[in-house]
Amino acid sequence: MEGAHTQASGMGGMRTAGDLVARMQMTRRMRLKEAKAYVAGKLGCTVRDLFDPTAMEEIRIAKGLGTLPFTSSVRPGDAGMIEAKFNISKTLDIPINCVERFKARVGLG
Amino acid sequence: MEPKIATRMGDGSLVEMTRSEIKADLEEGTQQAAKRAKAEPLTQDELDHLLDIYASSARFTAVDMGDEVVLSNDGTGTKHIGNRVQDLQTFEQVLGVDIVELWQIDYSYKAIKTNVAHEGQAMKIAQMLCTNPVQYGAMPDLGRYSKPDGPIPNWSELLPLMKVDEARAAQVEACAMLVEDINYVADHMVEAGTDGIDMDTTGAAGDADFLAGLTACRMLREKYPWLGIEIGMASEFVLGMHGQLEFDGERLAGMWPKDQLRMVQAAGGSIYGPAVNINTGRSTAWNIARAITMIKPAAEIAEIPVHVNVGMGVGGVPTCVYPPADATSRASKAFVEILKIDGY
Repeated sequence: MEGAHTQASGMGGMRTAGDLVARMQMTRRMRLKEAKAYVAGKLGCTVRDLFDPTAMEEIRIAKGLGTLPFTSSVRPGDAGMIEAKFNISKTLDIPINCVERFKARVGLG
Repeated sequence: MEPKIATRMGDGSLVEMTRSEIKADLEEGTQQAAKRAKAEPLTQDELDHLLDIYASSARFTAVDMGDEVVLSNDGTGTKHIGNRVQDLQTFEQVLGVDIVELWQIDYSYKAIKTNVAHEGQAMKIAQMLCTNPVQYGAMPDLGRYSKPDGPIPNWSELLPLMKVDEARAAQVEACAMLVEDINYVADHMVEAGTDGIDMDTTGAAGDADFLAGLTACRMLREKYPWLGIEIGMASEFVLGMHGQLEFDGERLAGMWPKDQLRMVQAAGGSIYGPAVNINTGRSTAWNIARAITMIKPAAEIAEIPVHVNVGMGVGGVPTCVYPPADATSRASKAFVEILKIDGY
């Protein structure tokens, strides 16, 4: 069922910019159109790029926002997972809870 | 003779209907919902659009490129692939959902309270390994506080005895306990790094259950201005098990999606999740028209994201263990294109 939804109408998560748009809905209570425009503005791309995995791969690599590791493409030298969330917080100008706690617990806060 | 089109019933069974029969079901579904929820029926353009989606023999359908929405995906994972964090990673990386939700199989805040430290540890590990937002979810589940599962007299036993005052007092007492437990679990999850808290199937035990969710939401919003708070409903209508409970001076019993949304917004929720249950004896066309009619007034006035519950018995997706992709994708497309919703 989830597979059908992702293919029928899902943004694509971190294959695209779905996770970033979701963060604006959660953190700033933005409706979809506003959230997409905000993320596109922060990334310096068009709203249409946000659902496009080809466009978003380049943007995510350039800004260190994390990409999917899989068979033919791994990037151990790039930011990923918790590291990527530091960059997402900075890029979107929003607090990310686990990032703030990470900083505080290792003395970076 | 008019050709038959393969389509689904609300229980998932495959049936054949003509375009005229599907059209009639759409019209009947919207009229039934409009009458029940005191909402406007769908316009002719909207019904025509639904007919195009549902009177198609395609095995799959989808929205136009650029119209994609956010998948918050409550109850993420199967619980049977690897461990729970691997389950979240699978949904993040293989399926491509936008938010993942950590949860335990006893999906109730009261049950989680007893092992919250372990749940928090799982959240911390998930936050280290996932890039997606990770929220924590469970049901408010007010019934758990009544005897024999909890300490409070059982209002479902008191009401048939005409002990109305006692039944109401019991619900108010349980509501206070539930608010405390949601806060207790949420505080621990925030400490562990969560991005959000999901109160799923809120209102399942009626207006006191909904009141607990709204009250906890407002308290969490005051403590954590950045926290994602999703309130997903149990059904289209708030049952008046108490009947007189109010939030911000408004009676909760009898609220339909538009008023539910207003309450969630006022409480400080980030995402509102309407739920309209399936009638298994009617077609998916009838059910989708009914669901969209009931949710439309909420979608029109929403100032926060609306993530419709669309799965396994709600939102036009059949009540069955393996919802067919043909029915799921049609519901997915219908909600996005008719209601301009923000997610699922």
